[in-house]
Amino acid sequence: MTATADRTLTILPAWNEAESIAAVIKELQHEIPGMDILVVDDCSGDATALVAREAGAKVVRLPYNLGVGGARRLGYRYAVEHGYEVAVQMDADGQHDPRYIRDMVLALNTADLVIGARFAGEGEYQVRGPRQWAMKLLSKALSAIARTRLTDTTSGFRACRGELINFYSRNFPVEYLGDTVDTIVQARRSGYVIRQVPVSMRPRQGGTPSASPVKSMIYLLRSGLALLLALVRR
Amino acid sequence: MRLIFVTATTGLIMLVGIFELLRRRQLREKYGALWLLVALAVLPLSFVPTLLDGLSSFLGIASGLSLFLFLSIAFLLAVAAHLSWESSRLEEETRSLSEEIALLRADVAELQELREGAKTP
Repeated sequence: MTATADRTLTILPAWNEAESIAAVIKELQHEIPGMDILVVDDCSGDATALVAREAGAKVVRLPYNLGVGGARRLGYRYAVEHGYEVAVQMDADGQHDPRYIRDMVLALNTADLVIGARFAGEGEYQVRGPRQWAMKLLSKALSAIARTRLTDTTSGFRACRGELINFYSRNFPVEYLGDTVDTIVQARRSGYVIRQVPVSMRPRQGGTPSASPVKSMIYLLRSGLALLLALVRR
Repeated sequence: MRLIFVTATTGLIMLVGIFELLRRRQLREKYGALWLLVALAVLPLSFVPTLLDGLSSFLGIASGLSLFLFLSIAFLLAVAAHLSWESSRLEEETRSLSEEIALLRADVAELQELREGAKTP
């Protein structure tokens, strides 16, 4: 796999991101010229689709809101139907730095799924309390399942190639946390090789991260449930 | 006697109601058949509430009514689980359809652009 823009698609699920999406697209185009960018507009109420199209991205628009997992699955389906060999998924809020895409695509030489992970040396992202426990629990469990060290299993910054794109276009879990946890378990179980590449993430350009203790606790419980379901699922 | 009047009318209203829904094609046949069977099974019981007493004493349950309540709760739970399953499936189906629509619209937009490009060289 070469680090060229050929047959690579970057999937940006977007919901009401009209303010930040143009900048994200511009940065991607600057970083990897000629790469195709697909914005999956998850039925935004604002001008996300219009802004994205004007910035030069391909746009598919869902008729009603399906959530980020659903939007990503559509992205993978688009990649399959248009014959892309590599698919990169990232967030549209500017958290993910496109500088790392080259490294991630390069790492696909020895893996099917590459996760851009925080806590792996790069950057100084910090979380505390229940949310931290949840992330620890997930990364411990999933590292054991994937038989490789994974430090940031909920990262939405990923690259995958070939048959796995096809697999995700059919099986990408659409439930909350399933789209991050379940995808790893499913990929591993179907025999795909997973690797991580250290990245640093930037503060998001819009929106606020959920941080209250109650929300973090719910997050912990839901990750436990997601993990359990992922493990017992056929 | 008054109890029997209450149960019997309830049973009859249920039977007529379901039949009417089926007649107006508001219920899929599979559900309609199910509820008709239930209504038909409940009807004799609503006229003679002591009908189950023999079976319940055989099973070691104090009264026929307890057995009846137990069976109806178990049955309703099964129906609720079935409906959850059905709605999950429907959600998955509409999800696939909306994906399909999004992809088709993107294709149409692309074709339109191509056509407009060809018209104005």
